Amino acid sequence: MTGNAQGEELLIAVAANFSSTLERIAQQFEDQTGHGVTLVNGATGRHYAQIVNGAPYDLFFAADAEATRLLEEEGRAVPGTRVVYAQGRLALWSRQAGFIDGEGQILREGEFRRLAIANPRLAPYGEAAVDVLNALGLFERVEDRLVRGENIAQTYQFADSGNAELAFVAYSQILEAGQDGSYWLVPTNLHRPLLQEAVLLKDSQAVREFLAFVMQDEAQTLIGNSGYVGAVSAALSDQPVINHAVRE
Amino acid sequence: MLFENDITAFWITLQLALATVVVLLIVGTPLAWWLATTRFRFKALVEAAVALPLVLPPTVIGFYLLIAMGPDGPLGQLMTAVGLEPLAFTFTGLVIGSVFYSLPFVVQPLQSTFSSMGKGPLEVAATLGASPVDRFFSVVLPLSRSGYLTAAVLGFAHTLGEFGVVLMIGGNIPGQTQVLSIAIYDHVESLEYANAHWLAGTLLVFSFLLLLLVYGLNKRFDVVKV
Repeated sequence: MTGNAQGEELLIAVAANFSSTLERIAQQFEDQTGHGVTLVNGATGRHYAQIVNGAPYDLFFAADAEATRLLEEEGRAVPGTRVVYAQGRLALWSRQAGFIDGEGQILREGEFRRLAIANPRLAPYGEAAVDVLNALGLFERVEDRLVRGENIAQTYQFADSGNAELAFVAYSQILEAGQDGSYWLVPTNLHRPLLQEAVLLKDSQAVREFLAFVMQDEAQTLIGNSGYVGAVSAALSDQPVINHAVRE
Repeated sequence: MLFENDITAFWITLQLALATVVVLLIVGTPLAWWLATTRFRFKALVEAAVALPLVLPPTVIGFYLLIAMGPDGPLGQLMTAVGLEPLAFTFTGLVIGSVFYSLPFVVQPLQSTFSSMGKGPLEVAATLGASPVDRFFSVVLPLSRSGYLTAAVLGFAHTLGEFGVVLMIGGNIPGQTQVLSIAIYDHVESLEYANAHWLAGTLLVFSFLLLLLVYGLNKRFDVVKV
């Protein structure tokens, strides 16, 4: 990633689930502005710990709204710059085609050994998965079959390698992998909203330009096509369009 | 300051380290003996393979094991063929992973103690009519006491600190596969720094005392250096 002589170099921390999408947006930004962008990919909790301990990031795209709030409260972020850049969608996924029906009945029928979720203590997608199981009244029934990935990427890996038949993953991961398999796109009213916030850690013209670039229509459309509800439509409607899709 | 889960994780870790060391001493003894005595042309190949876990990131071992234990992998298919449960996310799976992970820490001290013993004592015993089994238990074992101690403690301590392999194949199930290092990682990631300190401090002191034991005893017996 290179910038031209006048361009600034931005160092941006990004949550694992959003990094490939932001990579594409950053590429367009570099082409159009001449600024350079370097992305550092990782778990939101670890990014937070490193920022608190002086990691030199200009901007932080978190997987939740908690880390950004804490950073602002602790005076480590530029006040008033928190913004929801995307809302995540949760999906129940299996690498086996036709294994999952469009209503997630598989969870009730119970023909599986392991269900992988992201660790709910660490990852918002894990919290959301527990919300869904509770909302369906199934948590107790599947509890002893749960395995926990440290983050959503590892959770996907558990199911992708076939060691877990089912996994609650980010819809964006399924789209990105473009794999065969089957999934249930979980209605958003079954879990807390997966609001993903960004916040400025240093203030400069270029950083503000980048954040504005992510929030404008073109980038938001790309975010929407990547398996998220874009920030704009998330703000317009609390109940985004739900389609129960089964792909085979 | 320790949660109930943390104490469980501590016990799981101790059990894992113990089971791993027992398996490794049983598997490692013939392997180390063979390495110490063979004139096999490609011995270096085997030695390099044994030493691999010293340099490979544990996540590499964990990643390959995860693939191998999956339904398409050789271990996964073997388990299906013999009608056993898949290995991923089980304590048994962790023991298998740890055996790979800690292999050089047990095999190398044993190999070096067997090499330094030389053939003399065994030849004398053979001349006196001792059977091979008898020679092993009444000559080799007593002479290698310090090597075995080093191997056992290093294998144990190294497994205590295991993280990457467990992360990849464990699934973080409390009471089954959630070990100490994972519990510490969870505390740090969820910003529970006080809990993380307690657990990390416990592990630090415990590991130091174990190593102190090895080096202290080795000095007393004055035998194998690692």
